[in-house]
Amino acid sequence: MPRIGKQTWEFPSRPVLLSAGSIVGPKEGEGPLGQDFDAVEEDMYFGQDSWEKAERRFFEQACEIALKKVGLSGEEVNVLYGGDLLNQIISANFAARTLAIPFVGLFGACSTSMEGLALAALTVDAGYADYALAATSSHHATAERQFRYPTEYGGQKPPSSQCTVTGSGAALVAKTGSGPRITHATIGKVVDLGITSPFEMGPAMAPAAVDTILRHFEDTGRTPEEYDLIVTGDLASIGHKIAVEMLEDQGYYLGDRFKDCGILIYDPDQEEVFAGGSGCACCATVTYGHLLKRMLRGELDRILVCATGALLSPLSNQQGESIPCVAHAVVIERGEES
Amino acid sequence: MATMVKQGVKAKAEFKKMARRHVPKRPVAANVIKAFLVGGAICLFGQFLNQIFITYFGFTQKSAGNPTVAVLIFLATLLTGLGVYDRLGQWAGAGSAVPVTGFANAMAAAAIEHRSEGFVLGVGGQMFKVAGPVIVYGTVAAFVVALISQLLKLL
Repeated sequence: MPRIGKQTWEFPSRPVLLSAGSIVGPKEGEGPLGQDFDAVEEDMYFGQDSWEKAERRFFEQACEIALKKVGLSGEEVNVLYGGDLLNQIISANFAARTLAIPFVGLFGACSTSMEGLALAALTVDAGYADYALAATSSHHATAERQFRYPTEYGGQKPPSSQCTVTGSGAALVAKTGSGPRITHATIGKVVDLGITSPFEMGPAMAPAAVDTILRHFEDTGRTPEEYDLIVTGDLASIGHKIAVEMLEDQGYYLGDRFKDCGILIYDPDQEEVFAGGSGCACCATVTYGHLLKRMLRGELDRILVCATGALLSPLSNQQGESIPCVAHAVVIERGEES
Repeated sequence: MATMVKQGVKAKAEFKKMARRHVPKRPVAANVIKAFLVGGAICLFGQFLNQIFITYFGFTQKSAGNPTVAVLIFLATLLTGLGVYDRLGQWAGAGSAVPVTGFANAMAAAAIEHRSEGFVLGVGGQMFKVAGPVIVYGTVAAFVVALISQLLKLL
């Protein structure tokens, strides 16, 4: 049966993660993973006249890179799952207009990367697509202005803040071919333990990540030792510590194999990084840029990527509501042929 | 067998307590000192401008305030446009939020940010997004204070 346990999908055909594209902004390019991304765009405006248009360009670019690597065109892709952080997911919608691939828009905040990848694998596994693309983007300036203050406003951010990653990541999933395999996906529940401060996203999302990771182990009957790496999307340094403590309370000691994309993407000495990276592109670019390259180099055989999303809106936040969060996890294994 | 994350009232209270331990406190003492230094420096600079307008441009103690404020607003707006003021704000906190320059920054930052939505709905409509509440509650507070002061005079 393709569903195992309560929330985990097993993909019997083991869809191939055929190709991936990652593109980031200047700050991420200067970070410790700068070399691993397919492209670094130095211009935050990406030659456009607004931040929103720039984010769209990042989205389109990541998809084009992923397609170009395997010599495919958009016409051959059966479905695109995409989403971003902006109202009405305009980055994904408008990029999908350009890409002209049958499109399903998603909103899972920063969990969109793995939400999309899980759905792409599901669609391919079920035979509804030969090629499915999953992509997401975020942009520091568009997120700042939607969720916080104008970019040039001189407000002071607390050390628990996170820095929204500028960039986009796209993954192309196929029925056949060589490359890493997508074997499982665990779809998370929305968890809210009452954090209300939008400057404490990591702590707010940690319980959702823990819930999904625990559920994954329970559903699959696996232990942490069966993974070379278990990586969360954007808990950053504070949320990561909280997740570690919560997992240890449940008797899971993940140790060095437990990492977070928000911590990996920046050097803590970089300016205004605070607790670490966040945004849809954080998990997407680190996974599709850095982690897949490590897999291809043979350093990692099986990883669990758990993308975490804070499902708040500026409105819900101003009305004093706490932050509901969700996390979706996908298992990627090194392919036999690769 | 693992139990999943609990979400009851008790679990929330316990989680918040645990999260508090991990969330670093704002460095209040350091922030206060930085704010004092930067805020003081901006005011000192304002005083210096004020003195120049009195000494060299024939303004009186009372009228020198206007050109001084104009120069401070101009400089704060310029620094906002050059992308410097927000960095200063991150370091200085309340120090750079001192009324004149902080207010100018709040106005200019919003105006620049929303230029992409046009001059009417963007710049015009959004300019007071951050600074608006200051004007509203400044006026309300002034009204209440004036009312109290008038009432006291009557007594």
